Amino acid sequence: MPEGEPLVRWDWIASHIELFGDLTVEHLKLSLLPILFGLLIAVPLGVLCARWGWLYPPVLTIANILYAVPSLALFLVLLDFTGLTIWTVVIPLTLYTLSVLVPNVVDGLRQVPEQTRQAAVAMGYTPLRRLVAVELPIAVPVIMAGVRVATVSNISLVSVGALIGIGGLGRLFKDGFDLQFTTPVFAGIVLIIALAVLFDFALVLLQRLLTPWTAR
Amino acid sequence: MISFKGVTKRYADGTVAVDGLDLELATGEITVFVGPSGCGKTTTLRMINRMVEPTSGVIAIDGVDVTTRPAAELRRGIGYVIQQGGLFPHRTVLDNVATVPLLLGWDKKKARERARELLPRVGLDAALGARYPHQLSGGQQQRVGVARALAADPPVLLMDEPFSAVDPVVRAGLQEEFLRLQAELHKTIVFVTHDIDEAVRLGHRIAVFAKGGHVAQYATPRELLAAPEPGFVTEFLGGERGLRKLRFFAELDATPEAARPGSGEAPGATALGEAPDA
Repeated sequence: MPEGEPLVRWDWIASHIELFGDLTVEHLKLSLLPILFGLLIAVPLGVLCARWGWLYPPVLTIANILYAVPSLALFLVLLDFTGLTIWTVVIPLTLYTLSVLVPNVVDGLRQVPEQTRQAAVAMGYTPLRRLVAVELPIAVPVIMAGVRVATVSNISLVSVGALIGIGGLGRLFKDGFDLQFTTPVFAGIVLIIALAVLFDFALVLLQRLLTPWTAR
Repeated sequence: MISFKGVTKRYADGTVAVDGLDLELATGEITVFVGPSGCGKTTTLRMINRMVEPTSGVIAIDGVDVTTRPAAELRRGIGYVIQQGGLFPHRTVLDNVATVPLLLGWDKKKARERARELLPRVGLDAALGARYPHQLSGGQQQRVGVARALAADPPVLLMDEPFSAVDPVVRAGLQEEFLRLQAELHKTIVFVTHDIDEAVRLGHRIAVFAKGGHVAQYATPRELLAAPEPGFVTEFLGGERGLRKLRFFAELDATPEAARPGSGEAPGATALGEAPDA
């Protein structure tokens, strides 16, 4: 940090509100789209794993191995295929969410009480309808716990994308570092934490709405 | 009438749960399957609505082989009260009760209306309709389970130890109301219990299941108490048999006519033989 430079230059922040807005929108797109795609993959995959138990260990192993690959390496590999589009970040983050979402879908389905499942069969639910109307709704609290973890983790992880030029608010870290200028770094940290807290809170509210029966 | 002809259930590991069962359950009566655990009574019950498929033999309801009907459709026409309620935790009491009508394609309003009118019939306050199952006591949950089974007015009701998870006082109350309800509804009921007192109290006829999945005796409560088969049945009835017999007849004398199995206009009016005080 250059001598005499204050930690935060408020006038710089005031003059770059628009930039923050644009970066925040991009940041949210990059972190939330993977949650959506992750759910679209994890729910059917989790259903299959809960139905055929032998499928679960290999699926979980693959999801965990994917999670172990450093994000930057995955971004660089994908650059050759998807170039400088959001997909270069969205695809790896989608794959990462699976290591949280698949186990939560499976656990959520497994903790449906056996009596409840049997009752649904006895009432005359067909298997698909039973899944959609009884088992998945009862699994929602456990699935949502996974969604919360994945969302907060994505909001933080997106910043790494700035190293290849697609990183939402992460760009503030890179610029700040390159220019030895702490103000954007500070702004980026505050905004990312604020987004994480805000979305976690929003998901808690969403869960309350989706699962009114869990209120005590 | 529900009939079992040569019904056997053998599992892949060779265990025989039900062995060559021949049984006829009369329409409009309460038939109780009683016996120690692991003797095939729940398996037998579940073969009626195809939750378990027999290895061999035929189960027919009013002459129609149950396996000729699609399982889900068959089940919607047969009420089922499961052990410990088995209520849907994510649905209100009202929506739990409306389950089968909705599956049958009734419109939501009509199904809810039907559920609403059923609550008082099973002794539940209408205000409980908006609650979730975890907000109810065990006894209340059982009542919701009964209401849910009755919602689409099925002619046949299967009950798998419906009152076993509640304390004796609550159970006695539930049994009493169950008999009162049956006196109005005249359903064909198959009731599984391991409690011989409950069997004697509720059943028009009792099938005593023995280990190995066969019926050791099939008789009215009166016959069973008066002349149990020597061996397993006598042993199962236990040393208190004399006491049970006394209590059974004392209760018959004490209960008002309408609240008694097989009394009133029920088709099973003669199930207990001649009236005890005649």
